[in-house]
Amino acid sequence: MIAFWVLAPIMVAAALGMLFTRKAVHAALLLAVVMIGLAVLYADQNAPFLFAVQIIVYTGAILMLFLFVLMLVGVDASDSVVETIRGQRLFATVGGIALGALLIFGIAQVSVGTITGLQQANSGGNVQALAQLLFSRYVFAFEATSALLITAAIGAMVLAHRERLTPKPTQADLAKQRLRDYAEHGKHVGALPPPGVYARHNAVDTPALLPDGSPAGASVSRVLAARGTIRSAPAIAGDIWKLTGFVGDGTRATKDGAPDERESGPLGPIEGDPSEIDRHQSERSHVEKNGGAHE
Amino acid sequence: MSATPFIILSAILFTIGAVGVLTRRNAIVVFMNVELMLNAANLALITFARVNGNLDGQVAAFFVMVVAAAEVVVGLAIIMTIFRTRRSASVDDASLLKY
Repeated sequence: MIAFWVLAPIMVAAALGMLFTRKAVHAALLLAVVMIGLAVLYADQNAPFLFAVQIIVYTGAILMLFLFVLMLVGVDASDSVVETIRGQRLFATVGGIALGALLIFGIAQVSVGTITGLQQANSGGNVQALAQLLFSRYVFAFEATSALLITAAIGAMVLAHRERLTPKPTQADLAKQRLRDYAEHGKHVGALPPPGVYARHNAVDTPALLPDGSPAGASVSRVLAARGTIRSAPAIAGDIWKLTGFVGDGTRATKDGAPDERESGPLGPIEGDPSEIDRHQSERSHVEKNGGAHE
Repeated sequence: MSATPFIILSAILFTIGAVGVLTRRNAIVVFMNVELMLNAANLALITFARVNGNLDGQVAAFFVMVVAAAEVVVGLAIIMTIFRTRRSASVDDASLLKY
């Protein structure tokens, strides 16, 4: 009984959470909490076989299927709060509370009588007793279940199957298409440029910089662009200035032990202390303008 | 160990599932709430099996689980098909039979 009083509030809270979470993934995880709690209650009530089946079939298979479909559909497929039928939410809540009150008060009125317990029925083992019942009295229901399962499997295959309407493009077709794109739209034929990795972190979110300092949009994944996690070019440029102050940019003159003086930077000659980032950033536009003239 | 608290818990879970089916818009979440209702019914079945002292209730719960598994497979395949054609898993969008 301790298991019940510990688990029941958790399960009710998780089930209520399913009503109020916006995201479907959270609802699925809360459903897992409820299901595992139910499994423990089954074990508590002398049903060890159904305890295992609950864990394996429900939490293991069905819930994983739910999560699988959620990932296919898109994790962000959250509920809309717009009511298509006015007052539907209110009526549903009131009706639900009425149903709950009816059920609870009805059950509380009824006396379930003496509890026989399953000690005698389970005396030869729960699984053996269930099997005996399943293959004698419920054998036709069991056979019908097999028909149902195979129908469901075939139905799911038919529903999920998509007929290919166009022939699958071969490698030669893809190459032709690429060159046609180049001829008609001027699209780049070769591989996409790799992202710019500036020894800062192992960054695929930093676009490579073109010779004029502008970021190459094709060098980062479209997914990152859609998420908005790409580091902007000015921020990266600031990092470059900061980092060249620490490690040098490969073009620094190392003669006569003057570490802070650089003969030329990537944008032309730079005077002064490179660690003074702010001043350099304000000067950068000036340097960019005059960069070609110094060379 | 009294049986009434188990039945009341089952009724509460069933009610929450029913309200969820009525209020939520995402078809997958609606489906999860249906599963919650099935689970609540299973808890009542297993409790009554203990009350009556025979295993018929447990066999019934087992059949419910089997049918639920089959139902989830077909239902999620239907949701996937609808999502493919409409790019949405909302139950409001599939209203073609209304007109």
